[in-house]
Amino acid sequence: MHVVYPAVVAALLFSIGVYGVLARRNTILVLMSVELMLNAVNLNLVTFDVWLRDQLHGGQVLTLFVIVIAAAEVGIGLAIVLAVFRNRQSIDLDRLRDLFEPPNSSDPDGSQPAATKVTTGVGPE
Amino acid sequence: MIVAAALIVLLPFAAAVAGLLGSRWPGGVSRTEENNLRANRRAAWFAVSAAVAALALTLWLAWQTSGSGGSGDLFWAEFLPGSAEGTLTVIGTGAIPISVGLQVNGLSVLTAILVTVVALAVQVYSVGYLRGDSRFPSYSAFISLFTSAMLLVVFAADLLVLYVGWEIMGLCSYLLIGHWWEDRANSRAAVKAFLVTRLGDVAFLFGIFTLGFAAGSFRIDDIIAANLPTGTLILATMLLLGGVAGKSAQVPLHTWLPDAMAGPTPISALIHAATMVAAGIFIVARLFPLFPQPTLDVLGVLAAIGMLGAALAAFAQDDLKRILAYSTISQLAYMAAALAAGSPNAAIFHLTSHGAFKALLFLCAGAVIHHVGSNLLSHMGGLRRAMPITFWTMTIGFAALMGLPPTSGFFSKDAVVLAIEHSTSPIRLLLYGSALITVGVTGAYAIRAWLRTFFGEEHVQALAEPAPGTAHVFDGREAPRTMVWPISLLAIPALLFGFIGVADMDWPSAAISLLVALLGAGIVYTAWRSAPHADPARLLGPFRAPCEQAFYLDRAYAALIARPILSLARGVVRTDTHVVDGAVRGSARLTIGLSSFAKLAQNGNAQLYVTGLLAGVLLIAVGAVMWG
Repeated sequence: MHVVYPAVVAALLFSIGVYGVLARRNTILVLMSVELMLNAVNLNLVTFDVWLRDQLHGGQVLTLFVIVIAAAEVGIGLAIVLAVFRNRQSIDLDRLRDLFEPPNSSDPDGSQPAATKVTTGVGPE
Repeated sequence: MIVAAALIVLLPFAAAVAGLLGSRWPGGVSRTEENNLRANRRAAWFAVSAAVAALALTLWLAWQTSGSGGSGDLFWAEFLPGSAEGTLTVIGTGAIPISVGLQVNGLSVLTAILVTVVALAVQVYSVGYLRGDSRFPSYSAFISLFTSAMLLVVFAADLLVLYVGWEIMGLCSYLLIGHWWEDRANSRAAVKAFLVTRLGDVAFLFGIFTLGFAAGSFRIDDIIAANLPTGTLILATMLLLGGVAGKSAQVPLHTWLPDAMAGPTPISALIHAATMVAAGIFIVARLFPLFPQPTLDVLGVLAAIGMLGAALAAFAQDDLKRILAYSTISQLAYMAAALAAGSPNAAIFHLTSHGAFKALLFLCAGAVIHHVGSNLLSHMGGLRRAMPITFWTMTIGFAALMGLPPTSGFFSKDAVVLAIEHSTSPIRLLLYGSALITVGVTGAYAIRAWLRTFFGEEHVQALAEPAPGTAHVFDGREAPRTMVWPISLLAIPALLFGFIGVADMDWPSAAISLLVALLGAGIVYTAWRSAPHADPARLLGPFRAPCEQAFYLDRAYAALIARPILSLARGVVRTDTHVVDGAVRGSARLTIGLSSFAKLAQNGNAQLYVTGLLAGVLLIAVGAVMWG
């Protein structure tokens, strides 16, 4: 099998993952898109491991590492999503905007500490 | 001997420290009436005992240095030939070391006697004059500090040590002129005196540096022995002359002295008549071998202008203390003229006798002012029956000022006129003419002040309210005992001191100046006889107003110097608030404005951030591929 086929498939998978991360509003779907990207990487690793005929099979070993880490990452990610949902009853990414800078909060003297501005807001509901 | 000199300097200093720190503590820190009185009493004891001790030690020094084996043409070297010098320590500066040392010689002992006598008289006098003043402890401590500084100037063997005393004197003068600072005019007069003398002192300091660096030492003896090139000497002495003009109130830096009369009268007597203003003359006499002819000529021209101008201004004043202030300027110009004529001898002789009789005049004027409650001649008159002691002592003082025999002024003024007559200076005629005319004008203003104060009818009225801190209440009696005693004490040297110069008299020349003085006095007396109520100053005619305003010099300085500097300062303030601060504020505003654009990106949406990140990575990757 020519190396270009798995490479193209990996590129497609990665692109779908990027699209998902950038465009989906549901946090779980964003996590899944991240998984897609990781799997695209895995595919690339295996492909080039075979194509380059690596004696130590470093690509395959690294793939196993990535799978393990991806599992852990998904675990943590889902836990965070769960915690966010318990707090906010929503996992819509567009509405999780606590780092938002209010447009007319310009206070040149800094009479109000900047930290309070960030932490007190719950984001525009 | 040096230990005694050091004690003379340090005792008043210790009294100043004790008076400042110890007059209320321990016990009586709170400001009740009783504690104030106790603090005043304690401060007076500190100050007077230190002054007595300093005087006693100075007299002992005089006895030690005296002898008849003196030589040379300087009269102090004749009477007080002994000398001693001691150095406490030498401070290495990396370049020219400063030797902290004192020197005792005839000149310094003579001046120290003047200083300590007048200081003692003034301390005792102040006890009566400022009875009940709540700031008396600091006042007497400052007088002690001043005395110490002046004695340091007198005994210093090193120019920088001398400069320390010189500056402390300026500080004390400032503090004491502004003693009644509640009145805005007083504190302004103090600031004026401080600034004007400071102007001269800067030049003085640079003169010291010039001399010190040229000679490689700041010790006075080394500098005199160094045989410096004439150019350096002219530069250095011209700079020194600035300090002399500032301290000794010579033209053109004399304008602070009449205003300095805002201080209490004893201060005027001590600082602004007898001692501090004499420091400039003393310095020139001390460093006289260094002064080349061109500098002396400049000094002579200034003196010639100053003596006549100040005497005319004195003739037109209505304020008794300002008359005395202008007469001080005029008499100091006499000393400067004697120096310019090449005779430090006559200058120091006149300095000493002037110190005595001018302090006497001021203290008498203080007694009169204390009695009348006003400085103005138009409020005085007919006081000779109410205050007989003051009348007689002040008569002695005025006679000495006019130069009538047998008072000290007669001998010393004659010595000055004689020195000018016999000098080889190119401006001899100018000095001689100016001196003679001034003798006449001096007679005129002295007799005018005398007549207007003590003769005529009494029109004394009690003031409705005494000025802050002053005992300006008319009670129709002679001044308190503590004030009368110093006056009587000072009348003795004012009357008799001149006889040490009797051997050097030149009677024809003395007769001429006596005649001129009597002529001036006679004209004023006739004018006064014809109209006792009118002010004899009307004799000046159209020149009266300019003389009263001291030839508008204050106004000229205000227009030429003070106002441009003030407007410049205002311009600087405007530049600071509008340009410098404006730039800072503007940059802050600009940053905030720009940040509102940057804030548009920060909308809290993590996906947007990631998009931006990706776009950046893509750009970098494309760039790396295309140009890498």
